Amino acid sequence: MLKRTPLYNAHIAMGARMVEFGGWEMPVQYRGIIEEHHAVRNRAGLFDISHMGRFMVRGPQAEHFLQRMVTCDVHAIPLGQASYGLLCRPDGGIIDDVFLYHLPDEFMVVVNAANRAKDWDWFQQHIDGFEVEIEDRSDRWAMLALQGPQAEHLLAGAEDSTTADIGSLPFHGVAMTTIFGQNALIARTGYTGEDGFEIFFEATHAERFWYGLLALGGNAVQACGLGARDSLRFEACLALYGHEIDETTNPYEARLGWVVKLDKGDFIGREALQAIKQTGVSRRLIGFEMVGKGIARAGYQVQRLNGEPVGFVTSGMPSPTLGRPLGMAYVPTDLSSEGSEFDIIVRERPVRARVVKMPFYKPRYKR
Amino acid sequence: MAYKTPADLRYAKTHEWVRQEGEEVVIGITDYAQHALGDVVYIELPAVGSTITAGESFGIVESVKASSDLYAPVSGEVVAVNTALESDQAPINSDPYGAGWMLRVRPSGESVELLDAEEYAAFVAEIEH
Repeated sequence: MLKRTPLYNAHIAMGARMVEFGGWEMPVQYRGIIEEHHAVRNRAGLFDISHMGRFMVRGPQAEHFLQRMVTCDVHAIPLGQASYGLLCRPDGGIIDDVFLYHLPDEFMVVVNAANRAKDWDWFQQHIDGFEVEIEDRSDRWAMLALQGPQAEHLLAGAEDSTTADIGSLPFHGVAMTTIFGQNALIARTGYTGEDGFEIFFEATHAERFWYGLLALGGNAVQACGLGARDSLRFEACLALYGHEIDETTNPYEARLGWVVKLDKGDFIGREALQAIKQTGVSRRLIGFEMVGKGIARAGYQVQRLNGEPVGFVTSGMPSPTLGRPLGMAYVPTDLSSEGSEFDIIVRERPVRARVVKMPFYKPRYKR
Repeated sequence: MAYKTPADLRYAKTHEWVRQEGEEVVIGITDYAQHALGDVVYIELPAVGSTITAGESFGIVESVKASSDLYAPVSGEVVAVNTALESDQAPINSDPYGAGWMLRVRPSGESVELLDAEEYAAFVAEIEH
């Protein structure tokens, strides 16, 4: 039985096409991926992302515990700010990529839907000796993302108190506010390459928030499914767990070295990651464009021009914003510089591809 | 979800439709197929004069989300191709049984199992359940 978010009925009522994702029955699109994609780039789109996990970590040693669990520097996250981090295995393989929100008296850790159980177990396995309590608030709270250049202006219209001024919330800032008369946590975070917000609140109010946010600005907000979420994050070259990163990839080859703070003190995976950094990586995640005709998709094989298989595509699609097929792939470091060419096996035929700059679409965050 | 399944067409279980027009047949993909694919952004079709074989791939359609084979419902020689689709794929989604047609074929006899509209609608309902 697939799990459903508190907005399942709303998605069905709106005619969404539902698909399985990470054990969840989720909307992949409402009006069409391309239309939803452009709505977020040009105006504003709303995503139900309640399937993601939300763990609350509190207690006298909450920061100390998380500092051991993640690669980023938790001590350096000021109260009211969020930070991207990685959970790594002792060998440096990536267990999950997460967002940590520093709230008064606690941290909220947002994890990938498919990794909820795995991450929870991972935390529990390492909790001994720490004065820490972890609460799984994933089912009690819903989570929406309002993304796009008009998100700030529209959301300000829904905020009915002066407890937080959405306009003054900095990039990756997080604050309590009141929206539609209900308490909500808002953060200037997202997964689209646009300015925008993620909103957390009691699941019982899910439909109130969903329909209320869609109605903002005279129905100016487009409901968006996981299809557009994927194409938007793809253009911004944001990693998707299970594609660009998994337990067999390390942060350095995934170009996430900036998330690893080796000098912050000990954490799980530090020794291995230090060694990887010293020796250097043998392969690297790159972005590519197609020189020949065809569209590369996740899992397609990469080979040298002499036919030797050397890597694989992690994500690939026709980019709605740039209007041409692009992709990301792991290739040996000698093929990873801009302009390098290789072949991708598209439908049993080698098709030429060329390394291009990442990200494909330069994020327009408000800093 | 109700999909259009015109009564005068026959349908392959791989979601292509066939319309008999005199000695020739016209081939395209069904309303259900275009809906499942999402917005088509790229298509590859065979050339006029080539032959297609029932049950085998004759081309591909690509959407943002996926790449899908087009399967030949009948064997035969391609006598016309809707080349307009190469620059504008929108009709595949907006008018799959009309402007979204793909090939005109002179059939040589073989075909895959073809369903009538009612059978195909039931088949799709079962997939969707």
